[in-house]
Amino acid sequence: MTDAHIQPTPVITVSNLIKQFGRFAALRGVTAEFTSGKLYAILGDNGAGKTTLLRTLAGLSQPTSGQVTVLGARKFHDVCHQVGYMAHPSLLYDEMSGLENSEYFARLYGIADNSRCAASIRAVGLDPDLVRPVGQYSQGMRQRMSLARALLNDPKILLLDEPFSNVDVHSAGDMVRLLGRTRDQGKTIFVVTHQASLLDGTADEFVWMEAGQIVARTRDLKPPGVMT
Amino acid sequence: MPSPTGITRATLVKDLRLEWRSKDAINSMLFFSLLVVVVFSFSFDPNAEESRQIAGGLIWVAFLFAAVVALNQTWAREIRNQVLDAYRVSPAPANSLFLAKAIGNFIFVSVLEALMTPLFVLFYQLRPLGPAWQLLVVAALGTWALVVNGTFFAAMSLRTRSREIMLPLLLFPISIPALLAMVQATTNILTGEGARVWMALLLSYDLVFTTACLILFETVLNAE
Repeated sequence: MTDAHIQPTPVITVSNLIKQFGRFAALRGVTAEFTSGKLYAILGDNGAGKTTLLRTLAGLSQPTSGQVTVLGARKFHDVCHQVGYMAHPSLLYDEMSGLENSEYFARLYGIADNSRCAASIRAVGLDPDLVRPVGQYSQGMRQRMSLARALLNDPKILLLDEPFSNVDVHSAGDMVRLLGRTRDQGKTIFVVTHQASLLDGTADEFVWMEAGQIVARTRDLKPPGVMT
Repeated sequence: MPSPTGITRATLVKDLRLEWRSKDAINSMLFFSLLVVVVFSFSFDPNAEESRQIAGGLIWVAFLFAAVVALNQTWAREIRNQVLDAYRVSPAPANSLFLAKAIGNFIFVSVLEALMTPLFVLFYQLRPLGPAWQLLVVAALGTWALVVNGTFFAAMSLRTRSREIMLPLLLFPISIPALLAMVQATTNILTGEGARVWMALLLSYDLVFTTACLILFETVLNAE
C-alpha cells in the first residue's frame, strides 16, 4: 500500500461541480478532495456521471459551473503533462503498430527517448516489437496498449475509464497489479469501472456515484446502503 | 516542453504514413477528379481558344470538389477511437495539429494536381500563351487557399451529425473570392493576359485566412 513517508496532499479538488448537457445534468454539485498516492475506484450505475467526472478532471469537458483544481492549477493545460488519461475507446490509430503509436504520442509530450515507449509497452505485458497494427489487436491487447499510452509521460495522476472492459481475468489481474505498483510510487490513480471486485484489496477508496453526485466514499467494497 | 515544430513534423509524418497505408484520401480524390475530366471532355468539345477560356474554371472546380473528399478524411481518422482526445489532453499546442493537417492536405491535393494536370492538358489541348511558371505559383497559392479553410471548416464540422454535407456548405461560400482569383489567374495565364493582380489577391486571401484559422483553431479543437 501507500508508503508511510509520502505525505497525502490533495492533488485534485472539485467544488460544487455541475455539468449540464442541454437540460440533462450529468454532474449535480460534486464536491470532493482527492489526496496523492491513492488509488480511487469510481463506481456507479450507467449514467451516474462517472465518465463525465473523469472527462472534466482530464480537461476534456468544461464544467457548467463549479471549480476543478488539479495539482494546484485551475487551468488543466498548465498541468496536463503530469496527467495520463485512458478513455473507453482506445485513443490509438488502428493503422499503426503499438510502438509507432507510442512514439507519436511521446512526441506530443516532448519525449524524444524511444526506449521509454518500448518500456511503457513492456510494462503492460505487450511486446514492443510487434509489427501488427493496433487494429488487428484483440480488445484486451488494445486496452493494455491504451494503458501503455497513458503511462508514457510518467504522470503523477492517472485517469482511467473502464480499463478492464473486455480484458480476460488473468490480464485484468496483471493490470491491477501494475496499477498497485504505480500507486505505490506515489501516483494518484482514478479508475472508473463496473468491475469493482477486481480492485478489491488494491483500491484505497471506493467512490460511489449516483445521479451525478458522489453519494459515498468507502474504504472497502461495500455498497453505500450496506455501510451502516 | 514539446517543440511546436517538432509536433507539427511528427503529426505530418504520422498522417502521411496513415495515408500511405490506407490510401483512403488519394484514391477517392483521384477517382473523383478523373470522372470530372472525362465527363467534362464528353460534355464540351472546345477548340484551342475556347479551351483556354474555360479550362481554368474546370480545373479548379474539379480540384475543389476532390479536395473536399481529402478534407473529410483527414479528421475522420482523428475521431475514430477518439484519438483527438489524446491530443487534447497532451501539452501539444493546437496550432501544431492544425498546421500539420493543413500541410498534409496541401501535399495530398498537390499530388492530385500533379497527376491530373497532364490529363487536363491532354484532353483540352492546353498550351499557355503567358508565362507557364506562373501556373505553379497560382497552383500553390490556390491549393493553400483551399486546404487552409478546408482543414479549419472540416474540424469545425467534425462533431456535427452530417459533417460530409456541412463541410461544402461552410467551405464553398467562403472560398468564392479565392476561387475567383484562381480561375481568373489561370485563365489569364493561359490566354496570355496579366495575372499578377489575381495572384496578389490570392496571396492576401491566404495570409488573412491562415492567420484567422490559426487564431481560432484552439477554440474549435476544444469545443464540446
